[in-house]
Amino acid sequence: MIATSIAGEARPSGPRRLLRHLLFSEYLVLYLSLAYFLAVLPFVPQMASAEVMRNILSDMLPLLVVAIGQTFVLIVAGIDLSVTSIIAMASVVGASVMTGDGGYLADSALAVPGAMIAMVLVGLAIGAFNGFCVNRLGMPPFIVTLTTMMFFSGAAIWFTTFHTETSSIANLPHGFVVLGQGNLGGVPHALWVVAAVGIAAHLVLARSVLGRRLYACGQNRRAAAVSGVPVGRVIAAAFLISGACAAVASILYTGRLQTGTPILGQTILLDIIGAVVIGGTSLFGGKGKVLWTVFGVLFLVLIDTSLKMLGLSLFSVFAIKGCVILLAAVIDAVRTRYAARF
Amino acid sequence: MALLDCENLRKSFFGVEVLHGVSFSLDRGRVLGLVGENGSGKSTTMNILGGVLRRDGGRIRLDGADYEPRGPKDALARGIAFIHQELNLFENLSIEENLFITGFPRLGAAIPFINRGRMRRRARELLEQVDIRHPPGTPVGQLSQGERQLVEIAKALSVDARVIIFDEPTTSLTRREADRLFGIIERLRGRGIAMIYISHVLGDVTRICDDITVLRDGAVVGGGPVAQMPTERMISLMVGRTLDQLFPERTATPTDTPVLEVRGVSQPGVVHEIDFTLHAGEVLGIAGLMGAGRSELARILFGLDSFKTGTIAVDGVAIEAPSPSVCMDRGMAFLTEDRRGEGLMMHATIADNIALASLDEYASPWTRFVERTRLGDEVGRIGQKVRMRAADPMATLVRHLSGGNQQKVVLAKWLLREPKVFILDEPTRGIDVGAKFEIYKIIDTLVADGAGVLMISSEMEELIGLCDRILVMNHGEIQAEFRRGDFDSGRILEAAMRRRGTEAAAAPAAAMREAV
Repeated sequence: MIATSIAGEARPSGPRRLLRHLLFSEYLVLYLSLAYFLAVLPFVPQMASAEVMRNILSDMLPLLVVAIGQTFVLIVAGIDLSVTSIIAMASVVGASVMTGDGGYLADSALAVPGAMIAMVLVGLAIGAFNGFCVNRLGMPPFIVTLTTMMFFSGAAIWFTTFHTETSSIANLPHGFVVLGQGNLGGVPHALWVVAAVGIAAHLVLARSVLGRRLYACGQNRRAAAVSGVPVGRVIAAAFLISGACAAVASILYTGRLQTGTPILGQTILLDIIGAVVIGGTSLFGGKGKVLWTVFGVLFLVLIDTSLKMLGLSLFSVFAIKGCVILLAAVIDAVRTRYAARF
Repeated sequence: MALLDCENLRKSFFGVEVLHGVSFSLDRGRVLGLVGENGSGKSTTMNILGGVLRRDGGRIRLDGADYEPRGPKDALARGIAFIHQELNLFENLSIEENLFITGFPRLGAAIPFINRGRMRRRARELLEQVDIRHPPGTPVGQLSQGERQLVEIAKALSVDARVIIFDEPTTSLTRREADRLFGIIERLRGRGIAMIYISHVLGDVTRICDDITVLRDGAVVGGGPVAQMPTERMISLMVGRTLDQLFPERTATPTDTPVLEVRGVSQPGVVHEIDFTLHAGEVLGIAGLMGAGRSELARILFGLDSFKTGTIAVDGVAIEAPSPSVCMDRGMAFLTEDRRGEGLMMHATIADNIALASLDEYASPWTRFVERTRLGDEVGRIGQKVRMRAADPMATLVRHLSGGNQQKVVLAKWLLREPKVFILDEPTRGIDVGAKFEIYKIIDTLVADGAGVLMISSEMEELIGLCDRILVMNHGEIQAEFRRGDFDSGRILEAAMRRRGTEAAAAPAAAMREAV
């Protein structure tokens, strides 16, 4: 193996150099997405239509917001399983504030902003609780967020029963629904929101002091503490950001469905974590980027859409999705092993 | 005929030759000391012998037969055992399970169950040979570092190793444990086992080896029987020039201005009534045996651990509620003894590591964004100051650096903050002679600029060569204080080993060696 790579070093032939460039590129997952898109195009030519593209984009947006929040937590070597329950809880709390059927602020001008603030507060509160348990009680993030996920998934249903006889809270004001479905200058509102969150998240991670500290805590928590990094506050910040991002995703999902429902987002937990990890963010912390997560989400949504359009049954969709994700993981492992040589 | 004969070993990595024909031989019942600076090719040579790497050229003969290991397992099967610096033991498993992990004795050839009885009997025999008195069922996690080292040796004996390679075996051992290890090496030598001993601690090498081979830049530059290789000669061969001095001339003398005042600091079971003053321009050493409470004191001073009573003041103002960031704001810095575990982010770049402790100083007030150009310039400047040898600090990962350069990264991280009080815990551990000298010079420059340095070290020579004053700690208390001109390694050691109650002073042999 070493001998061959020496030969590669000495006389890098054209295709070989290109392969190496692709393998080590930051845009690897984007290239994989493109390759996948081209590969399935002969089977489902409709994939290239404007309408499908729009669908892919709108499927990506809310998922991307949660995934960006998750990226922060993974960077500090944590994990946030509670994001789906935050989406559900925020959805029903927000709906209960603004619904025309006896909401707390029904028919008030403040209904929509009030509801959105309440939703974000739900996300921040659950995030703060997660951070508290991890820092102060020294509990592993997996267990903490697993229990908050279970608790708030149940609590969301329980909360719903106070407000409606049915399983979800409907009759949301028009001003809110527009947010999930309308557009501004041809660009969907949701895209504006997600772009703003994405750019802010990128700047925080890549440029700010907090960003550097997040990476440091993920790389070597003890060294960070000795270097004066307030490790507890940094980890808490990651969980707060994840909670807030999940709440924003909840706003987008709820707006699109036009109802607040406690089962919102129940099935997407693995998609969220999967997308972030496929993008290249490490589950062991210290490594990750917003852009990578964008690519990861794109890749996943692309696979989902294409498989649905192929008209495959649900179980084969799962099996194929599993295979493709495995392939991406294998490529990542290969490139990590190669990188260790240099 | 020699047991092991290496002739003209060559090895290249990515087209760069790192071993240019290394030859040496080893007889039964002899201990060969292999010395050289970091990067001189010791590890590469040993990895070839241990089957970790393949050689590109040259030949090795073991007992007259060609030796071409296909991997570590094959090397072991041929009787060459390699005991790495970082031990390969499973802490959660018992001693006996560790001993037989590669081949448990079975109940029968076709029965996949472990023959516990036979395993235990065989383990007892092996443990007896290395003087371990714990029952074979004891989890390895409960053993001291020294005992774990001995378990590794027992493991080598379990496969009838003819050659045992030790790579820096004493790094994490106390002197007492090291002495025990040397006793075992003595015994193995008597049984005709050949050993290769790699270490930076030249005193140990002189003491236990029969022959010395010195490597520099991937080639053998000298060697011979230990009697013909005094320490000074080994050092001058290693660095390729005569080192007139091991320590730089101190360029400044201490002032009377106190920078750090510690008064009556106590934490039950850890330190007791610690009282001292560090002055501007002073290097204050702390001597003591491992476990004397030196590192614990350093952690308390830097706000990493709590203490019950007493005060710590910097520049005459007491520090309330100490934490690393509070202490740093007051001008303190702390280089920990655990470089990999607490000093560095191994997978981050040099620049990221250096910047970590100074991010607040380089944040723009409005956005809290790091001002990258300003920070980059400063990191480059400080990198030059500590004579960092790396192509591109922005791209080079710390894990690719040698031990000495890694330590310089940690130093640079703190120098960027221009500390007034710098606590150094074992700053030269595991670092080669050349890099040590450079670190001493950095310390000298720092105090010449008016800082105070508190230096914890287990190397007596280093404390005597560099410090203005030495405090001796023992059982969490300061036992004695010595001033420059008044240093006497014998008396310092005596203070470090003075026992309370019945236990007598430690073995004089250990005392002697530490003094050398």
